[in-house]
Amino acid sequence: MADILEVSGLTKRFGGLVANNNISFNVRENEILSVIGPNGAGKSTLFKLIASFLAPTSGEVRLHGRRISGLAPHKVARMGVVRTFQETTVFKTMTVRDNIIVAHHLRSQASLAGFFFSTKTARDDEAKFARSADEIIDFLGLGHQRNEVASNLPHGHLRALGIAIGLATDPKVLLLDEPFAGMNHDETRRALEIVRGVRARGVTVLLVEHDMPAVMNISDRIVVVNFGQKIAEGTPTEIQENPEVIEAYLGAEDESIGI
Amino acid sequence: MKRTFKAASVAAFLALLLVGVPSFISATGRSDLYYTLTSVALLSIVSAGVWITFYIGRINIGQGAFALLGGYASAILVTKYGVSFWLTLPFAGILCAFVSVLIGLPILRLRGVYFAMVTLTLTEVGRLLALALPITNGARGIVSIPLPGAITLFGVTLVPDFATLANPRLAFYLTAVVLMAVCFACLYRLVHSRVGRICQSLQQNEELASSIGVDIANMRILAYALSSFLGGIGGAMFAAISQSIYPSTFTIADSVNFMLNCFLGGLGHVLGPMLGTFVLYFGWDLLFQTGSFQLLIFSSILIALMLVLPNGLLSIRLRGQSQG
Repeated sequence: MADILEVSGLTKRFGGLVANNNISFNVRENEILSVIGPNGAGKSTLFKLIASFLAPTSGEVRLHGRRISGLAPHKVARMGVVRTFQETTVFKTMTVRDNIIVAHHLRSQASLAGFFFSTKTARDDEAKFARSADEIIDFLGLGHQRNEVASNLPHGHLRALGIAIGLATDPKVLLLDEPFAGMNHDETRRALEIVRGVRARGVTVLLVEHDMPAVMNISDRIVVVNFGQKIAEGTPTEIQENPEVIEAYLGAEDESIGI
Repeated sequence: MKRTFKAASVAAFLALLLVGVPSFISATGRSDLYYTLTSVALLSIVSAGVWITFYIGRINIGQGAFALLGGYASAILVTKYGVSFWLTLPFAGILCAFVSVLIGLPILRLRGVYFAMVTLTLTEVGRLLALALPITNGARGIVSIPLPGAITLFGVTLVPDFATLANPRLAFYLTAVVLMAVCFACLYRLVHSRVGRICQSLQQNEELASSIGVDIANMRILAYALSSFLGGIGGAMFAAISQSIYPSTFTIADSVNFMLNCFLGGLGHVLGPMLGTFVLYFGWDLLFQTGSFQLLIFSSILIALMLVLPNGLLSIRLRGQSQG
């Protein structure tokens, strides 16, 4: 499969701290790639660099060969690389449906003035967004919460809403930041289904995650980061057998990597 | 049904303001009310601007600077260059919007109390500039500004020359009410269109907003420019009515009041700034008889109101609605 995203020589320094050091890997079209690593390994920084919420000290990220590092986040989103957030970050006072509708921003044909004056294009957009939002709601099983204000949602549904917001932008690559964190067994199982479903829609999924069994279960390939360095890359089986990875997770070597 | 009810209440409200109030005043002879009500209408336009910045999640205590700028721009053009007031009115708004873009580019990156502090100093900067610049005539201000002239289009007089009117106060009052109605109609449309949702997305989480592709820097500038536009329009009208403008016409206290109007009326509702301005202005006047205790009583009531109704006076109505 062709590569959609190339991460090459990505380095990020915060003062004296090197959060990411010369990290390179490629993401293939429509795969599920996970980035794992112990706490503080630099995974979240790596994610922010890829979604361009941070600019790298050196190195770059390319989407279909075009450099996206250094562009504003909304421009990167426009090109199709969209992130969800670690915390349950949604628009809290809006309803579930409104959250998803507003997230269709990138698909607008009409201008802001168009929406203000409610032109034909704007009305068409609105109708299109409403249909698409309903489709995403059904896809994620949020039907019962459709008109619920987001701040009232339980944890698992908030996470699903976060993914829904990401999907509404019609991304090529969706970056999921710890989608399974704090979930019980059932919730994780449902969330795994959702992530597979997202991939089945043609989206390439890149995820950062702590839940090893879930990662091993769902990933096509895994990149392991420790102390800001990439220490391994490969299929779940390869990663489980990699001595360096086992070393990195020393102390809980068996259970935490799901052997 | 709901729509027709809304349209009917808007029509009734406008009829009350445009017909009811003038007939009440002419019946009772309390023509001083014209000035008060005109002020309320204009200040509510200025406050509506502050409300817009609240709507994108910024506390704006600098609106006085733009009201001052708008007032001076109009006054100078009318007195020194003989430009028709009606042309200076939109010009004042556009000038303020333009200046706010220049100022906003650096300061809109700030959030919360930092943005609030910078805007607070803006008003003081505005006052000092008005004192220092030669064109503003220093502390003496600009006085004896002529009344607005006529607007004629193809020989038809649309608006008569205010100086020839028997009752220019009524004319100002009607102008202010019409301006206010237009302003709040636009604001209502803005908030209830997709633009409003995008503003809200900014207010709630700028990072998430940018991750769904919203150009947050652009939206902030746009909102701030709109806000300052309204400040300029309000200020220019104000100068025209009082026929004078001084560096002290809009001070920090006014900037704070514009913000308070929004708080008091309710940040969650478009009509918040209008109601807030009305209540605050009349509340202050009603307490006039209490003399030296005026400020004490006034501020105590305000504090109490904010404790009891943190979401503003209009939240009473909203709460009733969601229960009923």
